[in-house]
Amino acid sequence: MSNFGYVAPSTVEETLAVLQRATDQGQRTQILAGGTDVIVQFRSLDSSHRLFVDIKSLKETNDVRIENEHIFVGAAIPSGVLNENAELKALFPGLLEAADLIGSTQIQGRASIGGNLCNSSPAGDTIPALIVNSALCVIATSEGTRTVPSEKFVTGVGRNCLAAHEFLLGFQIPRPSAGTGDAYLRFIPRTEMDIAVAGAAVSLSLNHEGICERARVSIGAVAPTPLLVSSAAEALVGTTADEDALQQAAQACSDAAQPITDKRGTVEYRRKVVGVLCRRAGAIAKDRALSNRN
Amino acid sequence: MAEVANFKAIGTRPIRPDGVEKVTGRANFGADLNLPDMLHGKVLRSPHAHARIKRIDLTKAQAMEGVYAAISSADFPQEVTSSLSRNILARDKVLYHGHALAAVAARTPRIAEEALARIEVEYEVLPPVLTLDDAMREKATLVSEDLRTNDDENSPPSNIAATQRFERGDVTKGFAEADVIVQEEFRVPSAHQGYIEPHACVATSNPGGRVTVWCTTQGPFEVRSATAGVLNKTVSDIKVIPSEIGGGFGGKTVVYFEPVAVRLSELTGKPVKMVMNREEVFRATGPASATLCKIKVGAKKDGRITAATAWLAYEAGAFPGSPVGPGCMSVFAPYDIDNFLVEGYDVLVNKPKVAAYRAPGAPQSMHAMECAIDELAQKLDMDPIDLRLKNAAKEGTIAPYGPKFPPIGLVECLEAAKRHPNYVNKTSEEVGRGVAVGFWFNIGMQSSAEVNIAEDGAVSIMEGSPDIGGSRASMCLMAAETLGVPYETINAHVGDTESTGFCNLTGGSRTTFATGLAVVKACEDVIAQCKARAAMTWELDVEQVDWRDGQAVPKPGVNIDVEPLSLADIAKTMSRTGGPLLGRASLNAQGAGACFSVNWTDVTIDRETGKVDVKAFTAIQDAGRAIHPAYVEGQMQGGAVQGLGWALNEEYIYNENGVVENASFLDYRVPVASDMPMIDCEIIEVPNPSHPYGVRGVGETPIVAPLAATSNAVRDLLGFRINDLPLSPPNVLAAIDAAD
Repeated sequence: MSNFGYVAPSTVEETLAVLQRATDQGQRTQILAGGTDVIVQFRSLDSSHRLFVDIKSLKETNDVRIENEHIFVGAAIPSGVLNENAELKALFPGLLEAADLIGSTQIQGRASIGGNLCNSSPAGDTIPALIVNSALCVIATSEGTRTVPSEKFVTGVGRNCLAAHEFLLGFQIPRPSAGTGDAYLRFIPRTEMDIAVAGAAVSLSLNHEGICERARVSIGAVAPTPLLVSSAAEALVGTTADEDALQQAAQACSDAAQPITDKRGTVEYRRKVVGVLCRRAGAIAKDRALSNRN
Repeated sequence: MAEVANFKAIGTRPIRPDGVEKVTGRANFGADLNLPDMLHGKVLRSPHAHARIKRIDLTKAQAMEGVYAAISSADFPQEVTSSLSRNILARDKVLYHGHALAAVAARTPRIAEEALARIEVEYEVLPPVLTLDDAMREKATLVSEDLRTNDDENSPPSNIAATQRFERGDVTKGFAEADVIVQEEFRVPSAHQGYIEPHACVATSNPGGRVTVWCTTQGPFEVRSATAGVLNKTVSDIKVIPSEIGGGFGGKTVVYFEPVAVRLSELTGKPVKMVMNREEVFRATGPASATLCKIKVGAKKDGRITAATAWLAYEAGAFPGSPVGPGCMSVFAPYDIDNFLVEGYDVLVNKPKVAAYRAPGAPQSMHAMECAIDELAQKLDMDPIDLRLKNAAKEGTIAPYGPKFPPIGLVECLEAAKRHPNYVNKTSEEVGRGVAVGFWFNIGMQSSAEVNIAEDGAVSIMEGSPDIGGSRASMCLMAAETLGVPYETINAHVGDTESTGFCNLTGGSRTTFATGLAVVKACEDVIAQCKARAAMTWELDVEQVDWRDGQAVPKPGVNIDVEPLSLADIAKTMSRTGGPLLGRASLNAQGAGACFSVNWTDVTIDRETGKVDVKAFTAIQDAGRAIHPAYVEGQMQGGAVQGLGWALNEEYIYNENGVVENASFLDYRVPVASDMPMIDCEIIEVPNPSHPYGVRGVGETPIVAPLAATSNAVRDLLGFRINDLPLSPPNVLAAIDAAD
């Protein structure tokens, strides 16, 4: 009757062993954390046989370590839990707001940013926010761990760089320097419970003179994968991130976008709105940066 | 008509008798029934919007382990050729993507689904007809090769199934007299009713040919007759038991797979359960017609309308029967116009057959007219409510569709709007406001009710109207008022087709009016019996006994010293005074009063994304008499949200092959709670003289005005009009960019 197997290993090593064994036997595996994407997809899109490997109870995927240089955030932490962590919220308000946009309160009791990334949708809300924060994806492999920059993780619609015998442990994110702020905005036709038509994240760092010394801009739902838009960042660096600079960054985002027309929006619409979102997110990031200058 | 109200029960807001079961999850809805040895039925649906079926081979499905039957239309009586039978299972052609053409019954739903994949169908794919323009053009591809307009043998085959026309006066003369003329075209897309509960049924047959169907429906008696028709049975062969219903809005007035479940049960000898998933609901049930409405309206400088014309084309889907008729009836109904012409077209396209949706036909045509009236107000520089007051229909106005209006409440609603604080308080520059009027004619039709009195005096109402909007509470309140007993001692039950007298479906906003009327009359029957029992006890003539405040008392002037007898007192001794107390009434209700409303929407617009946000919404509506005001407000608020959804984001998005691309609640965007402001309600009461308590139906009118009210609000803010719905962000941004 049941068309799936289920296993919940208790350690990273055991998880890797399960994955390796299944891969060797030619069995399809599916990593399960909150399940808010994979269970729905299994039920409605593709119910072919697979082994669910549940990683949501592993110590490592639930870890939060806030250290001097880096912050580690476990891949399987539900966004509802993340958003109760005041320290994380102060460090990465944009990333946590992105996590807070996904689904409903009930969904957020399960949905994780690791799952959002591994689902690898062009419209995943937390992905641009991870990218602008220079998050490194920490991947468990039989040789230990390897890291991949978040902008390199997603390789196509629903595809990513994970091999079948690997899984995502979490994110290593550099501690933002003083004067740094991030923000993420998405556009949906409703107020919640929807999927981004376009999204934009901005992180920027201002020096004591208010000049932007570092910027990262990433856009979502306007190309097969979320994009890091270096031309938009270049438009901000060296400026005070004033309206003109933000408008240039917005134009760079519109130019970089490779959207499609579908039931959620047209090419023209997405191209225009992604720029608007970049400009607005940039203004929020700038305000946050100004208030973080100590 | 009732005296000016000094009611005890009517107008109060008690909790509903069916409330506890519903909020605790104990109420049984369509998919909740399971029977021993039950099979699961599934339907094979067409992957093409238009194709000839060359061959269906069921043998591989039938041979599967766990499959008990696989059927197609060939397994149904061939002498039945109705649209309904062809919609339930396609015959020669599939006429829309998702059209059912075969079904299986299997031990489990999974086996049934796997069996569907083994049914072999050979199609000759035909080009689909997907728009009104394509369907109505000369030499159009035909959805049905033998359909002729209005069944006229002399006319060539056409996609136009029927035309309507009514007129009064001389429109040429009327337009010549006009100082100002507005002429516009408006398109409204298909919208789905969006009920939360998908269609579901269980059918079981016995070897003698008797059949029982449990299902979620607005009308068990209509399910009985439709199922009998498709299967060529008599209605008395079939018993239909309605479940609780998780929303209908008109979409659960038709049958989709009940006859299929019956046939599968007959062939297998086992009960068969069928449940749709959400995608099937979107692809193969509902929706409301997509429409093209052309309006021309002329007026004098003082605002008096001199002439109006309406040209209304409604998509029927794959079979005739769009609600263009009610669309024609409604379009000019709020106005007293001397010269008008209304033309309507019922047009076939390769899409699912449309179904009733809350005031079917009215939201689309009245969107067009109410936008045109708004344009007229702009041109005349008149307040939109003053312009409507200048032309408003009132008691004595001959409705455009024929009858003379009895007392109606449009003027009262407009006047209430003008003094409403939400209207008086001027909005800021950033907020656009639009006004519109709503209307629905309402229907009466047949209802029955029985009122049983238990030996402790408790009252049990048995009626046949599925409760989709709190009607059981309203029945209990009217019974409490009539009998003079506490609401808490009364319960109301919705019977099946064999436990209650005939009752038409819950629809046309008829239930509180017509079934309510039957309940009141059945209570009066009980009172008459109680008076007779008291007269017998007191050895008086029945004419000497009165019923006051729930008690039998001697009439004033009757010289006898007795204690009053309450309903409970009489019930206690009823075995000795003639046996059980049972009141009955059955009727075909006449005089359903028309219901008018005035709504206004306040919006803001993000000019860079095109997003329209509804900041405030006010609904004023004539309820005749609000039996349970909270449930009247619930209808007003629910209808407003459905209308706002249709105005803002709801639409069927078809690709060029006629496939709906947004067949899920993710991409078919009904509003979520946080999209909506509080819907402020004011109930106006202009009693309906045809009901003892003055009731008018209130369920449908609320969806009508929000479409135009929202369009008019966007017009107010942008300074130009977007004629077509929905006012979704891409559409609004494109219009803003085009205007720059």
